[in-house]
Amino acid sequence: MKYALFLGCTVPARALDYELSARKVLTALGVEAVDLDFGCCGFPVEAVDEEKALALAANNLSLAESSGLDVLTLCNACTEMLSRTQLVLEDEKRLNSVNKVLKDRLGREYSRSVKVRHLARFLYEEYGVENLKKQVTRPLTGFKIAVHYGCHYMRPSRVYGEFDDPEFPKSLDLLVEATGAKSIDHPNKMSCCGGGILNIDESMAVEMTKTKLGSLTGRDVDALLLICPFCGVMYSRYQRLIVKEGKEIPVIYYPQLFGLALGLNPEELGFQRNMADVSGLLGKVVK
Amino acid sequence: MVEREGIVEATSLDPRFPDRVLKQPGGEALRVCFQCGLCTASCPISVIDSRYSVRRTIKRALLGMKDQVLNDRFIWLCSLCFLCQERCPQDVRPPEVMTVLKNFAVETGILPSGVEKLIEVFKATGRLYPIDDFTADEREELELPKVQGGEIAVRRLLEE
Repeated sequence: MKYALFLGCTVPARALDYELSARKVLTALGVEAVDLDFGCCGFPVEAVDEEKALALAANNLSLAESSGLDVLTLCNACTEMLSRTQLVLEDEKRLNSVNKVLKDRLGREYSRSVKVRHLARFLYEEYGVENLKKQVTRPLTGFKIAVHYGCHYMRPSRVYGEFDDPEFPKSLDLLVEATGAKSIDHPNKMSCCGGGILNIDESMAVEMTKTKLGSLTGRDVDALLLICPFCGVMYSRYQRLIVKEGKEIPVIYYPQLFGLALGLNPEELGFQRNMADVSGLLGKVVK
Repeated sequence: MVEREGIVEATSLDPRFPDRVLKQPGGEALRVCFQCGLCTASCPISVIDSRYSVRRTIKRALLGMKDQVLNDRFIWLCSLCFLCQERCPQDVRPPEVMTVLKNFAVETGILPSGVEKLIEVFKATGRLYPIDDFTADEREELELPKVQGGEIAVRRLLEE
């Protein structure tokens, strides 16, 4: 299996632990990740100029097309922007207008022949939970994980179809449990991280981040597990501002957890970069 | 508590505004809104500050309250969680309506400073988070590949 790995802007600058562990896990699973000259997905520009955002997204899609590879993403917002662009450009008129811009400025064209998949969805749907279980060499028995999906992973359902329930999803819980860890229930499991409004109103964004972190503090949880680097910016970087007393909860990414279950060592998975103390979490790994 | 706002003069309304919104992709569905308020009830922003209401913004747009809508900070505070969109019984897709309104606001010269800064960084570097020397060194230490040159295409597509 071979995919074009779409990093977006946030992962390679702010979530190196996510990128590192994703690459290591993909290699271990026999999936080749190819790096192309991808640029921004377009999402941050949409509020200002939707046409330009669509052109940015379509440029990335056309790059993948010319290399004959489908796209594998790590960021929920990138996944949503690229997938929604595909949906919007099913309309002939809109496709033509975006392609005119791409042709004039970059000599490219998007021809609707590429698939976009988030890493977690790929593991769940294509690689398959049962196959993942077969790869586990070090079951993470006794691990208690709070999962956070992130809004754009399965919403809007008109963009993604219904590979998972838009309000009560289960795919990430199943991926976590494939490692032998337990996905614990927690209040505000589905709350939004607030990242979408960070550049408009920081204090309101942090208020949203608090909704989840507040309900996790004091609970018997080993880590908050994410699949989006922007949720990571909120829950990891802002945690210190929010949790003034008590221990910070480690914020980790799914491939870090799965990598442990594959027997990879914590350094290879970027655990040394965690802002919180991960010794409790890693102490549970059976040597 | 909802803050009391000034009384709206009929002469201040722009009767063509609803049509302008309806003609935009994403704005079409506005006309079928029957104001049930499920959007506002689902909104994580409204939970934090009840002055913000999706339902009210949509009603104002339909009434032609152009200035109030385009100057409303709330259109920029939609966190794009898409809960209202999943739940709307009329398939209005409020986040798409908000995008249409934000794009209109920008056309009339309204741009929150946070967004303006972001776009400046974007136009200059082609990235939301440019890879500075420190990050480049960290990447090298972790043996992560150099981030390749997608920035040029981004800058070219962002030119006016």
